[in-house]
Amino acid sequence: MASSGSGYDLSPTTFSPDGRIFQVEYASKSVASSGTLIGLKCSDGIVLACEKLLANKMLVPGSNRRINTVSKNAGCAFTGFVSDGRQIVNRSREESSSYLDTYGIPIPPAVLADRLAHYVHYFTMHGALRPFGASMVLGCYEEDMDELGLYMVEPSGQVFKYYGCAAGKGRQGAKTEIEKLDLSTLTVAQGIKEAARIITMLRDDGKDKPMELEISTLTASNNYVHKPCTSAEIAEAEKWAKEQIEEEEDMEEEED
Amino acid sequence: MASMLHPSQGSNPYNLKPGEVSSGTTIMAVPFSGGVVLGADSRVSTGTYVANRASDKIAQLTEKIFCCRSGSAADTQALTDYVKFYLQQWEVESGRPATVKVAAHLMRKICYQNKDNLSAGVIVAGWDPVGKGQVYNIPLGGTCIEMKCAIGGSGSTYIYGLTDALYKENMGKQETLDFVKKSISHAMARDGSSGGIIRTCVVTEGEVAREYIPGNKLPYGP
Repeated sequence: MASSGSGYDLSPTTFSPDGRIFQVEYASKSVASSGTLIGLKCSDGIVLACEKLLANKMLVPGSNRRINTVSKNAGCAFTGFVSDGRQIVNRSREESSSYLDTYGIPIPPAVLADRLAHYVHYFTMHGALRPFGASMVLGCYEEDMDELGLYMVEPSGQVFKYYGCAAGKGRQGAKTEIEKLDLSTLTVAQGIKEAARIITMLRDDGKDKPMELEISTLTASNNYVHKPCTSAEIAEAEKWAKEQIEEEEDMEEEED
Repeated sequence: MASMLHPSQGSNPYNLKPGEVSSGTTIMAVPFSGGVVLGADSRVSTGTYVANRASDKIAQLTEKIFCCRSGSAADTQALTDYVKFYLQQWEVESGRPATVKVAAHLMRKICYQNKDNLSAGVIVAGWDPVGKGQVYNIPLGGTCIEMKCAIGGSGSTYIYGLTDALYKENMGKQETLDFVKKSISHAMARDGSSGGIIRTCVVTEGEVAREYIPGNKLPYGP
């Protein structure tokens, strides 16, 4: 288990003797125990998929979205503390719109990711503030340079550009599965199904809370406009996912 | 009835304060297939006194983006400095050369927000890898229009007809350069606030070439 902070973990402005900032690590831990989040950079676009754990049977489906549109060609998904995640989404919307207002062009993916990294990092350096307990995956397109970017921002303020990324409970298993995919030939249409499959297979329906799957895309054929998938599309992806998982289980049984 | 004249009309077209220095001016910029050609006269006047007869009204914003200045010299110099500063920061943050569109947008934003305090008409022109050669005319007030042939300054009023008649689509570099020199010469011949030499700047993907034509070698006029 993790070592005890023993006094060095009370504030993000304190280093431990072995050079760690415990508060930031604890923030990452809270992300690591929340719903799985996947981002895929496919051959013709980006897929964002999120396992939204339902705390309550009375929740209206499609409410309390984890996947949000940042601007016309940018969308994001987060996991971890929902209220922290929403704050980062708000900031990304402000950055996008003020950049467009100042410079007259949509914000490039790399610049938006960098700005969010600075913002999240700021909260890890002040005694009166706590780090964000949320990770955000950002999918964004820029027309000038024809650049499509998938980025993940972590509570420490680190941001990297990915071909495929995962956060949350099932990230280890998800990363393994993503590495098996051939992303250079995978289309968005297939990517939606694969993302549904990966999230579904990593869950334990007996132990885990019920979930609602949220998926969104930025596709070349749609001019890279950020578009949440409809419930029909998601239901179809889930159905395919369940069939694939059952087939694999059957194959494993046969081998035995 | 003289009091019925708008401040921008009559003997003080740029509404300059007494003693303020004006780049009365004729400025011009035209895109062509490989880039853009910018041109300007060189007279800077304070009333009837010519403060500088060989000034450079073509200011550099980035390596491949320039701006022609007209109106109050102080205002346009301050504007140029601001836009140059913001563009430099933009290039560092974006990791690539600035685009003419961004430069024009920044210039227009400052001109519009400070329209009550500025007397500046600028033409932003240049070459970038995304949009190639482009010209944006930003007159008093802060509108921003991309144009195929932009003219500005007090001398431009005398050559609207000429540029309309002479302009052709898809001109080459030398043809565009000759067109710009001829038009500015005609404006300098008729506008008291324009004169001196003609400075030109040709911006293409490969080069930035500046030259000037002495006052006694103009294509037209004195």
